[in-house]
Amino acid sequence: MDAFDWGAVPAALPFLLDGMQLSLLLLAVGMLGGTALGLLVALLRLFGPRIPAAIAAAYVDGLRAIPLVLVLFWFYFLVPLAIGRPVGALPSALIAFVIFEAAYYSEIIRAGIGSVRSGQWQAAQALGMTRGQTLRLVVLPQALRAMLPILVTQAVILFQDTSLVYVIGLRDFMTATSISAEEGGRLVEFYAFAALVYLIVCSAGTELAHALQRRRSA
Amino acid sequence: MTYNWDWAILVREPFLGWLIAGTGLTLAIAGLGWAIALTVGVIVGIGRTVANRPIRAASAIYVQVFRNIPLLVQMFLWYFVLPELLPTAWGHWLKRDLPAPEFWTAVVALGLFTAARIAEQVRSGIRTVPQGQTQAALASGLRATQTLRLVVLPQCFRIILPPLTSELLTTIKNSSLALTIGVLELTAQSRQIESNTFHGFEAFTAATAIYLAIATLVRLAMRRFEAGRSMPQAKQAPPMALREA
Repeated sequence: MDAFDWGAVPAALPFLLDGMQLSLLLLAVGMLGGTALGLLVALLRLFGPRIPAAIAAAYVDGLRAIPLVLVLFWFYFLVPLAIGRPVGALPSALIAFVIFEAAYYSEIIRAGIGSVRSGQWQAAQALGMTRGQTLRLVVLPQALRAMLPILVTQAVILFQDTSLVYVIGLRDFMTATSISAEEGGRLVEFYAFAALVYLIVCSAGTELAHALQRRRSA
Repeated sequence: MTYNWDWAILVREPFLGWLIAGTGLTLAIAGLGWAIALTVGVIVGIGRTVANRPIRAASAIYVQVFRNIPLLVQMFLWYFVLPELLPTAWGHWLKRDLPAPEFWTAVVALGLFTAARIAEQVRSGIRTVPQGQTQAALASGLRATQTLRLVVLPQCFRIILPPLTSELLTTIKNSSLALTIGVLELTAQSRQIESNTFHGFEAFTAATAIYLAIATLVRLAMRRFEAGRSMPQAKQAPPMALREA
């Protein structure tokens, strides 16, 4: 066993930071885009006409049954085909994350809306609010508060999932780590460092989710 | 968009054989990983609820570490890093002499990763069993281990059946990460067909359909298994509690 050379890690930090920026971009786009599309899908399933609601349900169940790696391959293959010219891996990955995450967020949002008691609906409508107003002003704000811990947990899962862009060669934090590790032949040091970084970031996220949960049930 | 359709490619050799082999590997990794995950997960989950402090702390650390490092990183740690840290002879055995090292590494990595998630389900399941059950069991003369084995755990398992089903489905999906260390499971095979034939559409559709079929079969099987076993109060639990965390 060779002696470890931890010096290689600080030397590669700027490169790894670039990777981390991409990971965070994927996280942000996945969260925001996924929530927006997920809200749409959830509303369609709950209040939409029968056929669009069934399509929305099939979308959610279908995407939740296949691995993210396969979804990434799908879009890496489909997006250039749809656009008609080669695009980098990044647009494909961003689209894949939004569409994949939306399936999960829509289930969280649907459960959140379901957790608001029906008396709230009745009271708001008795006050003369329309269904849209009730949803926007009464139900969604309460649902959001109920969902907050799970949304944070989902963000932690999503952040871990961003590492999977490794399979399409996108230079996120994980891929950058892997490149640096292979270059210098320092696999132990670099992968241990990556594990530590993910552990710290995700533990903080998990802790936040627990704190939010405790505050809610207190 | 110009694209040459050729669905017949899926039933042509060697591609049909690739898909079948890939499906077999996906099921094998997920099945063996699930066995490890259940065993370790139940032990760690119980460990989080016992009175003994060091055991409780060790179980909590296990969950925190295995849940907060991405599965991809864990795969690499087991595959690339562990053999370097072990005594030379052991590392050598792992890399050279163990048959199908990638396969077994994927099974262990997936199993230990999933165990942390199952441990959390087991812990919350044990907490859901009313205190009165434990008190009554102890009062009627059962020892602590008997109480756990005969009274608490049977109820706990019935309560956590629905989330365990979704963990099983997640495990099947997560087995696809084995491709990062070179296991040619289902997703890898579909990717391989794509790069060999440029018929990505057909290849990925086949893989998607097989995953959907597996998920549907697992759901149906678990529903039959759950019928008559699930706890009445579990049905009334709010949908939020059933979400995989």
